[in-house]
Amino acid sequence: MSAPPPSNDAAPPGAAVLLIISVVSAFLAIMGAGLTSDPIFRLQAETFALACVLAAFALNAGLSSGTLLHHPDRYSDGVIKAGVIATLFWAAAGLLVGVVIAAQLSWPRIFYFPELGFLNFGRLRPLHTSAVIFAFGGNALIATSFWVVQRTCKAKLAGGIAPWFVFWGYQLFIVLAATGYLMGATSGKEYSEPEWYTDLWLTIVWVAYLLVFLGTIWKRKEPHIYVANWFYLAMIVTIALLHLVNNAAVPVGLLNHKSYGVFSGVQDALVQWWYGHNAVGFFLTAGFLAMMYYFVPKRVERPVFSYRLSIVHFWALIFIYIWAGPHHLHYTALPQWAQTLGMTFSIMLWMPSWGGMINGLMTLSGAWDKLRTDPVVRMMVVSIAFYGMSTFEGPVMSIRAVNALSHYTDWTIGHVHSGALGWVGFISFGAIYCLVPWLWKKKAMYSNKLIEWHFWIATTGILLYIAAMWVSGIMEGLMWREYTPQGFLAYSFIETVSAKHIENIIRTVGGLMYLSGALIMIVNVWRTILMPSEAVSEQTPAPLATAIA
Amino acid sequence: MSGLTYETVARFAQQGGLIYFGLIFLAGVAYALWPSRKAEFQHAARMPLEDEELL
Repeated sequence: MSAPPPSNDAAPPGAAVLLIISVVSAFLAIMGAGLTSDPIFRLQAETFALACVLAAFALNAGLSSGTLLHHPDRYSDGVIKAGVIATLFWAAAGLLVGVVIAAQLSWPRIFYFPELGFLNFGRLRPLHTSAVIFAFGGNALIATSFWVVQRTCKAKLAGGIAPWFVFWGYQLFIVLAATGYLMGATSGKEYSEPEWYTDLWLTIVWVAYLLVFLGTIWKRKEPHIYVANWFYLAMIVTIALLHLVNNAAVPVGLLNHKSYGVFSGVQDALVQWWYGHNAVGFFLTAGFLAMMYYFVPKRVERPVFSYRLSIVHFWALIFIYIWAGPHHLHYTALPQWAQTLGMTFSIMLWMPSWGGMINGLMTLSGAWDKLRTDPVVRMMVVSIAFYGMSTFEGPVMSIRAVNALSHYTDWTIGHVHSGALGWVGFISFGAIYCLVPWLWKKKAMYSNKLIEWHFWIATTGILLYIAAMWVSGIMEGLMWREYTPQGFLAYSFIETVSAKHIENIIRTVGGLMYLSGALIMIVNVWRTILMPSEAVSEQTPAPLATAIA
Repeated sequence: MSGLTYETVARFAQQGGLIYFGLIFLAGVAYALWPSRKAEFQHAARMPLEDEELL
């Protein structure tokens, strides 16, 4: 600090330390790969080693050439640009795997490959769910949270090189988890399938993310912590807690991929669905509500409809969500009162969820015309509508009597996708359509027409998807509970599967349309990045006073 | 320790939880609606609109 270079630019703090850690980690991973007799563990260790070697080379090249620079007086936007690109890449990958497994369900004779075990539905399904939730959704959350926390705190991201470590560390987590699933390395816990070493790696990355986020809030210039940051912070803290408790496990050996969870029986089930439902409540809801509370006001240029409501929304949501998990365990060995508690809290969630939805929608007061002219606003409004719809549907399905019909059926799949494709997907796409011109300093997106196409194709795709799943879900639920006059089940299981054939095809088409929309978006973003940059000053219109004078 | 049965613990969790959550909720609402915070929240509602480059 005593003798800063005149340009004020130097290498980011911590870059040299990270270089050393990368080299040491690469060495340890290569040793692990050499010593293990477990082929799955060896391949995972080799993947980790390769990532460390690449990181070391990149850091070394950046440091020695002087291109890896830290500008203390500018926001850290490079890591957000990388996050936007990663979000779109994983969106395409995750949605594509979804279409593949939907096709497997629709045409099992064509898309079943007995000689290629890693393309089995059981391997691809967790790949799809993790890719869309954690790879697509997670990258969207990290990228937008880095943008929002800097802008609303008026402070540069804390931690020097740490935000880049969070970004690349998270990509490595995704690659380890995804390749692990394909090889059959899984803990078998839904939405939490990665094995113990991948879980430990995510813990390190996630704690770094928490520290970067907290550090940025700590050095804020703005006394009030904006509500979006509360939502992001709740997401980060709660996911850390859920991840640590649900993945508590003992590995078979330090050089073996397999581990066994410390919980068993109904305790294991309760912990798993405490995790599972709060992954929905905090990762897929709180984090994306943070996006809503920043990008909707920003895009429509209106203040938040009621900031007070946003505070009640926040506290009510996080305090109620954490108890809703047991509704996944109706009619199980879990005590009845605990099931009822989960159901009651789920129904109570109607209030904060709809309060938040109303707050988001009413932020458009005085700017409703933008719904007609701006497809990005329309996308965000449809997203909030889907938030309202799926948070209405969820509590209904948590009621024991309804759950008796809906559980284990396609209705659940349809519910999840109205939340994931409608709410999470569309609010993320809306935020990225906002971010790309801001980040790459362009006047606007390359083509508004393409955004319109994206919006209409994807919206139609979602409607096809969820309508098909409602029909097939309720149908199979009714078929499963149908008895003959003699008291036997009326249908064999396979009859209820073949009855869904047409709905499965409609679902595949809906998913393909949603994927097409995302591919259109990727083209649009790519063309926007290639456009010539606008000078920032030209964007600012003349002040009103000058114009009048 | 004959008093510490499953029923006692469950009842404590259920009734204590109800009171605890009721109070926490009231505290949250009171914080949000407290009249003296009106100006702060009105400013906060505009925060996304006011960001500019660092410097």
